[in-house]
Amino acid sequence: MTLTANLGSRLADIIGAHNVICAAEELAAHSVDGSLPQVLAGPTSAQQVAEIVRFALSEKLAIQAFGSRSKCDMGMPPLRCDISIDMTHLREVAHYDAGDLTLSVDAGLPLRELADLLERHGQFLPLAVPCFESTTAGGAVVSGIDSALRQQYGPVRDFLIGAEFVDGTGQLCRSGGRVVKNVTGYDLHKMLIGSLGTLGIVTRVNFRTFPLPTASGACLAVFADLQRAIAFRAAIGLKGFPLTDLEVLSPGTVEILRAILQRTDADVSSLLTSGAWCVYCSFDGNDSVVARVGQELALGAESTNAKGCASLPKSTDEPIGGMLREAYEWLRWAAPATVLHRIALPQFEPGILAELERFATARGLRSCLLIRAAGILYFAVFAETDDENAWTALASVALNVSKLARANRGYSVMLHAPVAVKTHVASARAPLTDEALQQRLKKAFDPANIFAPGRIVGGI
Amino acid sequence: MRRLLGKANVLDRPEDLILYEYDGSVEKGRPDLVVFPHTTPEVSQIVKIANGYQIPIVGRGAGTGLSGGALARSGGLMIVFARMNKILEIDIPNRRAVVQPGVVNLDITRAVEHAGLYFAPDPSSQKSCTIGGNVAENSGGPHTLAYGVTANHIATLELVLPDGEVARVGTLHGDPAGYDLCGLFVGSEGTLVLVTEITVKLSRTAEAVKTLLGVFESIDDACEAVVEITARGITPAACEMVDGWTLQVIEDYIHAGFPRDSGAVLLLEVEGLREAVEHQAAAIDDVCRKCHAREVRIARDSQERDLLWKGRKNAFGAMGRLAPSNYVLDGVIPRSKLPLALSRIRETGKKHGFQIGNIFHAGDGNLHPLVLYDPRDQQQFERAVAAAEEIIRMCLELGGALTGEHGVGMEKNELMPLLFSDADFALMRRVHDAYNPDSSLNPGKVFPLSKGCGEIRIKKANGSAVPV
Repeated sequence: MTLTANLGSRLADIIGAHNVICAAEELAAHSVDGSLPQVLAGPTSAQQVAEIVRFALSEKLAIQAFGSRSKCDMGMPPLRCDISIDMTHLREVAHYDAGDLTLSVDAGLPLRELADLLERHGQFLPLAVPCFESTTAGGAVVSGIDSALRQQYGPVRDFLIGAEFVDGTGQLCRSGGRVVKNVTGYDLHKMLIGSLGTLGIVTRVNFRTFPLPTASGACLAVFADLQRAIAFRAAIGLKGFPLTDLEVLSPGTVEILRAILQRTDADVSSLLTSGAWCVYCSFDGNDSVVARVGQELALGAESTNAKGCASLPKSTDEPIGGMLREAYEWLRWAAPATVLHRIALPQFEPGILAELERFATARGLRSCLLIRAAGILYFAVFAETDDENAWTALASVALNVSKLARANRGYSVMLHAPVAVKTHVASARAPLTDEALQQRLKKAFDPANIFAPGRIVGGI
Repeated sequence: MRRLLGKANVLDRPEDLILYEYDGSVEKGRPDLVVFPHTTPEVSQIVKIANGYQIPIVGRGAGTGLSGGALARSGGLMIVFARMNKILEIDIPNRRAVVQPGVVNLDITRAVEHAGLYFAPDPSSQKSCTIGGNVAENSGGPHTLAYGVTANHIATLELVLPDGEVARVGTLHGDPAGYDLCGLFVGSEGTLVLVTEITVKLSRTAEAVKTLLGVFESIDDACEAVVEITARGITPAACEMVDGWTLQVIEDYIHAGFPRDSGAVLLLEVEGLREAVEHQAAAIDDVCRKCHAREVRIARDSQERDLLWKGRKNAFGAMGRLAPSNYVLDGVIPRSKLPLALSRIRETGKKHGFQIGNIFHAGDGNLHPLVLYDPRDQQQFERAVAAAEEIIRMCLELGGALTGEHGVGMEKNELMPLLFSDADFALMRRVHDAYNPDSSLNPGKVFPLSKGCGEIRIKKANGSAVPV
């Protein structure tokens, strides 16, 4: 690797000195898992992004692009990072056809601004991702983080209709389009979802938008044990209700959420019963749909022997539902050292969940579970110290989690973990069945391996 | 091949091969050999044997495709998956089914409907098209408006790569682990891999459904109704438009109960909870009447509903009665531009002396203008080509796409440069070469072969499809 001595001034020639930062104290905020970039570049156009990539290519430098940096601890520690690109200066709404419910925005546009724009037209984007207030549209796509609304609206690949991005040859490419139905060419934009910046630098994203529902409701059911909570979840899943969010909280998760809510102005923590399993549901539709679903959920809770089922008015739902949307954020910081596992399983057997908790207990670690919308399980394991002993214990649990997920025809990834745990687990885990095919895709997008090398497990 | 598969599973006589030189498009391309595997190891072996001869390999399901995707453009070996037609596993609690690629689309629904489940993508050819073909083309259908195209309903794929290696992508949960390779291979039109097993996601049948027929005096009013339905945030499960001229043709053939004297009809369906369906049906009724519908009819029972859908789904068959050949376009436009697009299609028809039929997925802006022509009449043929090209360019001008559900294949590959840059093609080519480096799988598809742009291929007088 040729490391250019005057990297900053050469980048300044391309995008202007005021868009380049080299000062060590400012760069410190841009480290990823301890890896510091040499320079931070803030391009103001897609063309500038392409020029930076071409420059990096000629100098054999590694690049990582970021939005608000709210989720940059996802993924593996980068093998190299020479140039960090701040995408937040690209924030235009390039196209919005409210009548067609389609939208095209720059990657750096914050979701909050986007939501405000759409709300004025009675629409929304069902990307209810954590760190919502700061997350950028591009960051939400590239991180692949779960949206709390995916139970009803699907994951982002169901409504991302196109994208523009700079590929690993420094060319500005596009895939998809601005229409809701399109099979013209390969769906390369879908590859960018969850790619953590390893395939290209996304400069623009096109979405299908949705009409805001006229009414919505929520309820919280409390159960004595996991079996009943799971039975309730399964029963309501069969009804075809328009559930937007569906979350099952273990007693450990309830405790953390209670503690957070107690600190807020609107203390609604009393609804969450200590030591119990809680099921949170939100739903939308018209008034009569919302009324019926609310009633039937209450009846369903009763018939599965719930200890209680509270209908949540908006004032109560906002803090609880809102905080659940942010679960990724508070779970990862709930202890000095945390591993937050995301586990996808075809089905949830209470036995599997109990086994997960046993893995943690056997190593003397606390843990909690959150079964999320669309059947994704978050399993957080906490260590009370952030040291080598803790990392060894967390890594051992992580390997067991990975094995258990695979044995049950699922898979797991770590959304957050201490660097030492990430590295240990990556070196010890079994490869994915399609890892070789994934490597080929990476090579096609990024032949010189300049984009965020190493950020995806398997060295991609 | 005979040693591997047995005599009954190999065709090489010209009189047999000729049956495989067509699909549902206007294209033609005869394979040199047709084989029918029954298992994945057989497919792998077939590919390995073919590699020794360096010949093209083309996968095919039922051959109902509309863009020449399943034609042996450059000859070679055709692998027909029609006999790999077993449903291997049905998992009702998890709403999954594992099927071989030759299973007919509708047969999946038939196998699971007793449990209140169905397979959502419903191309008009669903009685005969195969799931393997749907995966290759990322097929749509009337109900994709609410439920998405094939890609949204696939969890895992088993593949055979061009070197014969067998691989698996996707997860049973449906969430990709790493890059979404399932999302890449679905819709890659047989140019990257051969798919040998598919895990599909099954949907739950809705509690209530209502089918409405909005009858309009003019196509402009019907278009306005679609724009208004979209803008009001009403999401029907399906929203199909048929123009007055096409309605008459369908009625003559199918007797579905469509009015013969209207300017256009909208066939709309709403599904969901009873309360939601009532509310949406009332809102649609309101919009249609405000847009001057002379009648909004609600199907009284499932029999009437089935008949209306039969009329819609068999419309293109009805057209075969009117002209020796027809060309179905598949452009997409933003839905807000629907009235403008339809008026431009009308102008194009007038200019070139054609009555262009319109029967299409209005709710998602997926147009299917139908140009009827006689390929023996050279002048008429040239006018048909010019009209088709004008309409496609118009869709792109309005911010649309070349194809909404039929695929690019060998029909629209020369038009791809109208939409994509050299850089886009370079990346698509690298992705292609990452999986199909020798172009042995389905060569001559998707990517333009010539440097120029704006050529469409359409059947000529001698029956051959040529770029014009």
